[in-house]
Formats: sequence, structure tokens, C-alpha cells
Amino acid sequence: MTRSALPSSEITPESVYLDRRRFLAAAGVLGAGLVVAPALGACAPAAADASQQGSLGTPYGLQPYDKPNSYEDVTSYNNFYEFGTGKEDPKANAQQFTTKPWTVKVEGLVSKPGDYQLEDFLKPSKMEDRIYRMRCVEAWSMVIPWRGVPLADVIRRAGPTSAAKYVEFTTLYDPKRMPGQGMRYLDWPYNEGLRLDEAMHPLAMLVTGVYGRDLPNQNGAPLRLVVPWKYGFKGIKSIVRIRLTSAMPKTAWSEAIPSEYGFYANVNPEVDHPRWSQATERRIGQFRRIPTLMFNGYADQVASLYSGMDLRRNY
Amino acid sequence: MAPVGGIARQPRGFGVLLVLAALAPAVVVVYAMLSDLFMGSNWLGADPVKSGEHLLGEWTLRLLFGTLLITPLRRVTGWNWLAKHRRTLGLFAFAYVSLHLLTWTLLDVQIGISEYVGWADIKKDILKRPFITIGMLAFLLMVPLAVTSTKKMIARLGKNWRKLHRLVYVIPVLGVVHYWMAVKLDITEPAIYALFLAGLLYWRARQARITRAAATVPSPAETVAA
Repeated sequence: MTRSALPSSEITPESVYLDRRRFLAAAGVLGAGLVVAPALGACAPAAADASQQGSLGTPYGLQPYDKPNSYEDVTSYNNFYEFGTGKEDPKANAQQFTTKPWTVKVEGLVSKPGDYQLEDFLKPSKMEDRIYRMRCVEAWSMVIPWRGVPLADVIRRAGPTSAAKYVEFTTLYDPKRMPGQGMRYLDWPYNEGLRLDEAMHPLAMLVTGVYGRDLPNQNGAPLRLVVPWKYGFKGIKSIVRIRLTSAMPKTAWSEAIPSEYGFYANVNPEVDHPRWSQATERRIGQFRRIPTLMFNGYADQVASLYSGMDLRRNY
Repeated sequence: MAPVGGIARQPRGFGVLLVLAALAPAVVVVYAMLSDLFMGSNWLGADPVKSGEHLLGEWTLRLLFGTLLITPLRRVTGWNWLAKHRRTLGLFAFAYVSLHLLTWTLLDVQIGISEYVGWADIKKDILKRPFITIGMLAFLLMVPLAVTSTKKMIARLGKNWRKLHRLVYVIPVLGVVHYWMAVKLDITEPAIYALFLAGLLYWRARQARITRAAATVPSPAETVAA
């Protein structure tokens, strides 16, 4: 991601982040704890917040009041209907799920289609730790330190042809391993999609970990999508296929309830869900409501993708 | 009909026990919710407000079903002393729905608490979102029933009291519809409630038919058969 596209006031400049890491490493070698405190004081206050988050990753688009949710909250409360419809079901029902070996099929309008072992698929990219905001369409939210690679990297390597306009993602379909697929809540397998320019945006991420650890099964192991300016359900989990297409892909929730869930699903406080307001949200782990931000706080980076579009119609 | 199990009279302490049993879930849920929110415990998961709100709603339905279960139970068992406890269950149902509503307004929507939420928002919720409209209607219909539950009111309203309290058949239907419409996709649980309620209402309808038939003059054929 280009430095200029970030809201500079809200993130730690990478140089500061790296400098501090090097500095702390050096301090650690010297065992000079007494020296560290005044030295850190010198770069306060900006570094004070960042020092807490530095070990978890680089913050992207965080507000001053945003703090990462606990590992416990992130890994015990989410939607993953393949393992049940309750928020605690995924953790309860996904423990036996095996993710090794895992093959990702790349196909469609690409110059290099193929089946890849997950490790080979990701190896050429540099893993990054990034702290993102996550806004669920149900009006709750979290702040999550993800580990993964830019989606754009992977797509570039696949070589989209000039006819490619959209990217379609598909979850594993295996009712024996994913018990929720025995019920027809959704038209399995779960599908999601992005416009190609959305997919190429540097904030879109293919994620393999959380909190610096491997992604737990309940969070979509071993490979999931994270698009921080869209509602959480766009973040398709346990991906087995990525296909480049010329037509807009069908997506699971907009097929199930088209009046409530659209293809774009951009976080938008001005466009209500038919059954509840999207103007505010409850942050898991804290009591008071906070305002929902346009594009979940990433408007500076992504709003240009949608210039001229009627966001009320393209919800 | 003869009493089953020889309990023609109410066992001692039953009334107190029933009150405690009906009270317990509210105490547990409200305590767990507030403790999770403000004291850092983790009884109800990562979103204690939603969990607590839903549990209070479900207990409202269970208590409403309880009031409808009294008469069939009396018929089957002959325990006619159950009749006077219908009011207890009904009043507890009203208490639970009030807590459900309070949780929604104060802790979930946060009217008067969050600076980002105003009365206009809750008005919009109630008027524009059918599942909330229906839930609110069910609550409003319960208010006159709770108010007229005293002996004095029963005496004062006379025949009209029975008419008014026929709302007990309407309210749980609205409650189940509210629950059904609130879930996203997985309707398993509201469907179980709906099935149970359908059973209770079917029994009533059949009973009413039998009563009506008995009230009319028996035909000669029936007399002969008897």
C-alpha cells in the first residue's frame, strides 16, 4: 500500500514502527530496562499507543478509541454457518475440522490457472500483520489483528486476462466436515465476490492468521478473505476456489435474502438494513455504542472506487 | 374427573416454589448480563446484551405458554388448584417482557445513554421495522391484562374481564411471530415455539367445539348410543 493513501494521523509510520522494534531488540540484548523507559518517553505521545499495538501489527484506519479485541472474543464469537448459526457454534463445532492438506484452485479468466497447495500458493508473498476494524452487518464490531497477504499479490500472479472484471470466491463444500451444510440455510457452498478493482485494492487481504497465530478453524482456517470496508459476511472463510469472471458472481447472502443483502455490502451508516439501523454499532467488549463510519473508517482509501455510484441502490 | 396421583389439594409450599422458579431465570440473566458488562465476567459470551435480551424474550414466551398450559393440565390431572396460579405466570410473563424491553431500550439501543441515539431512532425502529412493531404491539396488549389482574378489577369488569383476557390467545402468537421475524435464517427455534403454541391453541379450539356440541340438545341417535 502506498504511504500517501493512509490517514497519516491514525497509524504508526512504518519507519517509527521498525525503529522501535530494532531499538527494543537492542535494548533487550543489553538487558537495559532502565534505559528503555526514558528513551520511549522521548517519542511519546504518538508512540505510546502504537507501542501497545506494535507487536500485533500495523494499525490501518483505526480511530483514537479503537483497541484490538481480545483473542478470546475474536475466536469465540463470530458467524460461520458451516458450523452452526449461533455465535458460539463455530468454536464449539469446528475443532475436529482438518485443514491439511489444503488445495486452492485458481481458474477462470487468468493466464495461469491451476491447483495449488496452500503453502505454495502463499509462499511468494510477504506475510503481514495488520490491525483492521471489522463491522458485522448485524451492527456489532471488533478490532482484529489479522495476519495474511494482500489479495492483489495473489491475483496479479494468476494473471487476469483483459476480460476479467470480477473475482469469485468459494468455500469448501463438505457436509461431513462442515456439519452446518447439512441444513439448507444458504445455498452451499458459500460464495462471495468482489469487483476486480476492489480485489486489487491494497487493503483487501487473504488471511491465514489472527493475533500472530494460525487462524483457528472457527475463524475460517486455513484461508479467508478480509475486506475491512465491507460488512463481515463478505469475508468468506475456508476458501478452496478463486475464479476470475466477466459477470458479477452470485453471492451467498444476496441470493438468500436479496432485499437485505447486496453484492457490494459496503459499510454505510446512511443505508439501513431493513430490520435495523446501521448508523451506530456496539463494539464487542465495551458497552457504549459508537457511530458507524462510512466505509467502516476507510473512506479516504476506498471511496474513489464507488464515485458516481448510487450506494443506496447498490447496497 | 378423578385426581391423578392423589393430589386433589395443592401441596404445601407450591405457591412459593412456583414464584421462586419463575423468578430464578430473571435473576440469573440480569445478574449475568450486568456482571459481564460492567465487572468483566464472561457468563453470556462476547455480546452479553444480545444474549440477555434474547433469553428474556424466550422466557416471556415460556411463561405465556405456561398460562395456556394450566387448563389442559387441570383437565388431564384433575389438579384444579392449579387455576389460581395462572395469574402468577401471567404477571411474571409481563415482568419478563418488561425486562426484555428495558434491555432493548437501555442496553441495546441505548436510549438516553448513548449520545448517538435519540428518541427518533427508537420511534423509527418501532414504526418502520415490522418485527419490532409486532413485538411492541404484543407488549402493549399485555399492559391491560396486567392492570386488570387484581381481584377487585375482576369483580368490577364482570363479563368483560373474560372477554378482555381472551387476549392471552393473541399475545403469544404475536410473540412467536416477532421471534420468527427477528432471526436471520435459522428458524429452528422459533419453529419449535410455534409448534408448541399451535398444539396449545389446537387443544383449546377442540375443547371449545366439544363444549358447544354438549350445550346443544343431543340428537336421538346420540341418546340411544348413550
